[in-house]
Amino acid sequence: MNFLLTHKREVARLTGEHLWLVGVAMLLAVVVGVPLGIMLTRKPKLKTLILGSTNIVQTIPSLALFGLLLPLPWLGARADRLAIFALALYALLPVVRNTYVGITGISEPVREAAVAMGLTSRQLLWQVELPLASPVILAGIRVATVITIGVATIAAAIGAGGLGEFIFRGIAMVDNGVILAGAIPAALMALLADFLLGGVERLLTRRQH
Amino acid sequence: MTSHPSNNAIEFRDVEYRLPSGKVLLSELNLNVRRGETLMLLGRSGSGKTTCLKLINRLLVASAGELLVENKPSHEWDPIRLRRCIGYAIQDVGLFPHYTVWDNVALVPKLEKWEQSRIAARVEEVLQLVGLPSRDFADRYPNQLSGGQRQRVGLARALAAGPPILLMDEPFGALDPITRAEIQVEFKKLQQGLRKTIVFVTHDVGEALMLGDRIALMESGKLRAVHTPREFLQSADVVVQEYVKVYRAAGQMFRN
Repeated sequence: MNFLLTHKREVARLTGEHLWLVGVAMLLAVVVGVPLGIMLTRKPKLKTLILGSTNIVQTIPSLALFGLLLPLPWLGARADRLAIFALALYALLPVVRNTYVGITGISEPVREAAVAMGLTSRQLLWQVELPLASPVILAGIRVATVITIGVATIAAAIGAGGLGEFIFRGIAMVDNGVILAGAIPAALMALLADFLLGGVERLLTRRQH
Repeated sequence: MTSHPSNNAIEFRDVEYRLPSGKVLLSELNLNVRRGETLMLLGRSGSGKTTCLKLINRLLVASAGELLVENKPSHEWDPIRLRRCIGYAIQDVGLFPHYTVWDNVALVPKLEKWEQSRIAARVEEVLQLVGLPSRDFADRYPNQLSGGQRQRVGLARALAAGPPILLMDEPFGALDPITRAEIQVEFKKLQQGLRKTIVFVTHDVGEALMLGDRIALMESGKLRAVHTPREFLQSADVVVQEYVKVYRAAGQMFRN
């Protein structure tokens, strides 16, 4: 615990880096994942391909994925760029899958009535599908965020920074105090993200009863 | 050949509907629905009544034959325009759970970009019409309503934009018998004031006789007979007689 207190500035800097990695990765995952999930509901034939490939990404050990992406031209040039890309890939599956499941899970009579009332497919999406699927989509984002906060500690292995730096340093120094200086803020960050996104999720659920 | 304007709101001409798997759900359907009448589609489950209904607002598309709505072939209609002129009420209602009663009813007028004040007045009016004063119900959500109330809201939503045609698929089928009888009587009154073209799917002979101007009996994907309620009760057709027998037997049971 001492180490944590004596290195406040460094803890703050690495926490900031960590937040940056996770934040940008999640933004990317949502911006790509939600539209991808919506597309799957329109073209179910792509379902196996897309859910399958995002699934395969999940099975690649994170350390290996970071390493494998390293030789790529633009991506491998900067460690944080690469880390963000890899983290976004990991976060993609829960986001895509929950978007798909959330939308396809809307009750058939509701969808049928909406179409029969003459909603265009865009109106159907914005007025019915997304609002009704939002708690499920948000649950996916929440799971992805918590996982990404954890996986992001490994980004330090390729020099992308973040709280993983303490963890790797602590392992090298065989010093639990240093490991905890990385692990505790990361765990707190995960808990906080879970709590906050959980709150938003409940809010969305309550609104639609 | 051009089609002549006729008194029919809807015409089925040799309509067939088959699933992509090749299974035929509806065949050789020739049927006219006259403007302003209530036509009951009566039959067992799987007889093709619902299919028939969904062809009208193009939730399904006929695989052969021609279907005219307001003298215009269904495939020439823009499906969105077509659906906005056709009210639709189904057994499961399908109210939007995240919308209040008011927003559910205001849906089509809003889509049609009516003025705010006109929408408000209309929502008030149709809610009154279906027996749900907007003062008490406008702000409620569907899950705060009873089954009968939900069905009334569904009907109000279908009527809101004043469509000339109304499609109803066993709208009262899931209600308890008392509520159903109540709502049927009210609907009967409503119908006389509205004079809309209504196509109403039911498997209940009593309901068909009570609400229909004519009854179209469907059997295994084919139209068996079209009768007025009076003709229906006196028909020599064996299948029709079966239905009449069931209806009379039920009435007999009540009297005993």
